Amino acid sequence: MAIKNTFIKKTARKEARTGYLMIAPLMIGLLIFSVRSFFVNFYYSFTNKSAFGNPKFIGFANYEKLFHSDKFYAALENTFLYVLLCVPFVIAISLLLAVLLNKGINLTGFYRTLIFIPAVTMPAAIGLIWKWILNYEFGLLNAIIRLLGGQPQAWLSDPNYVLLSVSAVLIWADVSLRMIVFLAGLQNIPKSLYEAAEIDGANNRTKFFKITLPMLSPTIFFVTLMEIIGVFQIFDFIYLMIPMNSSGMPAARSLVSYFYEEAFVRNNRGYGSAITVILFIIIFIITMIQMKLQKKWVFTES
Amino acid sequence: MARSQKFSIQKHHIGTHLVLILAVIISIVPFLWMILTSFKTYEESIRIPLTVWPAQWNLVNYITVWNKFPFLNFYFNTFFVMVVVIIGELIISSMAAYAFARLNFPFKNAIFIFCLSLMMVPSQIFLIPQYDLMVKAGLNDTLIALILPRLFNVFSVFMLRQFFLTLPRELDDAAKIDGCGFFGIYYQILLPLLKPALVSVAILSGLSTWKDLLWPLIVNNSMEKYTLSAGLALLIGEHTTIYPHVMAGSFLAVWPMILLYFLAQKQFVEGIAFSGIKG
Repeated sequence: MAIKNTFIKKTARKEARTGYLMIAPLMIGLLIFSVRSFFVNFYYSFTNKSAFGNPKFIGFANYEKLFHSDKFYAALENTFLYVLLCVPFVIAISLLLAVLLNKGINLTGFYRTLIFIPAVTMPAAIGLIWKWILNYEFGLLNAIIRLLGGQPQAWLSDPNYVLLSVSAVLIWADVSLRMIVFLAGLQNIPKSLYEAAEIDGANNRTKFFKITLPMLSPTIFFVTLMEIIGVFQIFDFIYLMIPMNSSGMPAARSLVSYFYEEAFVRNNRGYGSAITVILFIIIFIITMIQMKLQKKWVFTES
Repeated sequence: MARSQKFSIQKHHIGTHLVLILAVIISIVPFLWMILTSFKTYEESIRIPLTVWPAQWNLVNYITVWNKFPFLNFYFNTFFVMVVVIIGELIISSMAAYAFARLNFPFKNAIFIFCLSLMMVPSQIFLIPQYDLMVKAGLNDTLIALILPRLFNVFSVFMLRQFFLTLPRELDDAAKIDGCGFFGIYYQILLPLLKPALVSVAILSGLSTWKDLLWPLIVNNSMEKYTLSAGLALLIGEHTTIYPHVMAGSFLAVWPMILLYFLAQKQFVEGIAFSGIKG
C-alpha cells in the first residue's frame, strides 16, 4: 500500500512537471509579449512618452486631453457607427448566403468557391482595389452610376459618404469569411430535425425560425461577438483608402486610425497608449454584456 | 398536387440561383476590374467614358512595379514569416493544449482562464511596448520582429485543447501501460490523430499572418524587410497615383494565396469553419 502511494505521488509529481514544461514556452511568450506589454502600455498612458527620451509621469493628463479632444469624440463616434452599420449586415448577408448554399442545389461548390475569394485576400489589397473602384473621376462605380443617369459621388472624400463607403468595403470583405462559419454550423444540424418537421407539415419559414435559428444560435452569438470586436478595431481599409489629410478623414477616422496617427505618425506614444486603454475598456464591457446575453438567449441542447 | 409542389420547389431554386449569382458577381468583379486595369495604359485608365477592355494586353505595368519595388523580398519575407510562424505556433500551441486538456498540475484551470482572458484584449494595446522591446533588442527592421510576437496564440491553444478533449482517454491509458511517458503520449499517440485540427490551425495562423498590416508597418521601416501587405501601402504615393501600377502591384500580392486556396479548398474551408467552433 505504502509503495503504491509513493508510486502515485511520484507519477503525479512527474505529471505536474511535464505539464509546466509543456505550457512553459507559451506562458513565457505571453508574459513577455502580452502581459508585460499590457501593463507597460497602461503605465505609458500616464506619461508623456514620445519616440525618444525617457517618459515622464504626468498623471491623468493624457486622458484629460483625450476627453477634451473633438478628434477623439469623432473617432469614437465613427467607430460605433462602423459597428452599428457593419455587424448587422455582415451577419444577415452571410447567414442568408450560408442558408442558400446549404440547400444542396446544383453549382453550390462553384458559387461557394468564388464567394469565398475575398476571405483569402489581404485587406491592404482589398483597400487598394476598392479605392480605385470608388475613385471620383475614373472609378467603376461612378461610371456605372453615370451610365444609369445618376449623380456621381466623391465616395472617399465627401464626409457624407466616406463612412458608408468604408463600411461597404468591410461588409464585402467579411461576409465571405463569416459565411463559411455559418455554413459549417448549418451542416452540423441533424437532418432528422427537418424531416420530423416536414412530417408535421412545417413550411420553410417555420423550419428556419423553429429549427435553423435556434440550433445555430451558439454560432450566431460567437460570430457576432467576433465581428463586433473585429469592427471595433477597424484600421486597414481606412488607412489604405483615405489619406490622413483628406477631407473625408474626419468622418472616417476610427479609434485605431487615431491611435496609429498619434502613436506612430506624431510620435505621441503616451497619448496613443491612452487611446488603446479606452478601446480595451469598450471591448471588455461589450464582451461582458455579450456573455451575459448569451446565457439568457442561446439555445443549448441539454 | 404533386406536380404543383415540384414546380414550386424549382421556382424557389431559381430565386436561390439568382441571389447566389449576384453574390458571386459582387465578390469577383472587383478582382476582375483589378486585372483589367493592370493591363491598361495610364491614359486608358482615365478615359471617360470608361473602357472595359485594355486595347493591348501587355505586361508593362507589371514590369514597372516589379522594378520599382523589391517584390522578390516581399514574397520571401511574407512566406518565410508565414512558414516559421505556422511551425512555431503549432509546436507551442499543441504542447500547451495537450497539457491543459490532459495533464493535472496545480493552478491549471486558473492559468488557462487567465490565458483565455487575454483573448479579450485588443492587440493594439500591445503594440507600443512590443515595438520598444524590439528596438531595445535590436530586432526592429528584421524578420524576427515579424515572427516572435505571433508565436504565442491563445486562440489556437483553445481550439486545439477542444480537440484533445474529444480524443478518448483509453488511448492515453493503453499507452501508459506500454510504458509511454506523458510527452510520448502527446507526441506519438495523440498528435497524429489531431492532424486535421493542426491543418486548420495552420491555415488560420497563415491567413492572419498573411493579412496583417499594422505590425509589419510599424516595426519594419526599410522596404527590403516589408511583407506583401505592408509593401502594398507603399504603392499609394503621396502625390499622383497611377492606378494601372497600383492594380498590377495588387495582383502580384493577392495571387499566391488565391492559388493556394484553389489548390487546397477543402482545407481552407475547414480551417475557417474551425474558427467558429466553440466549446
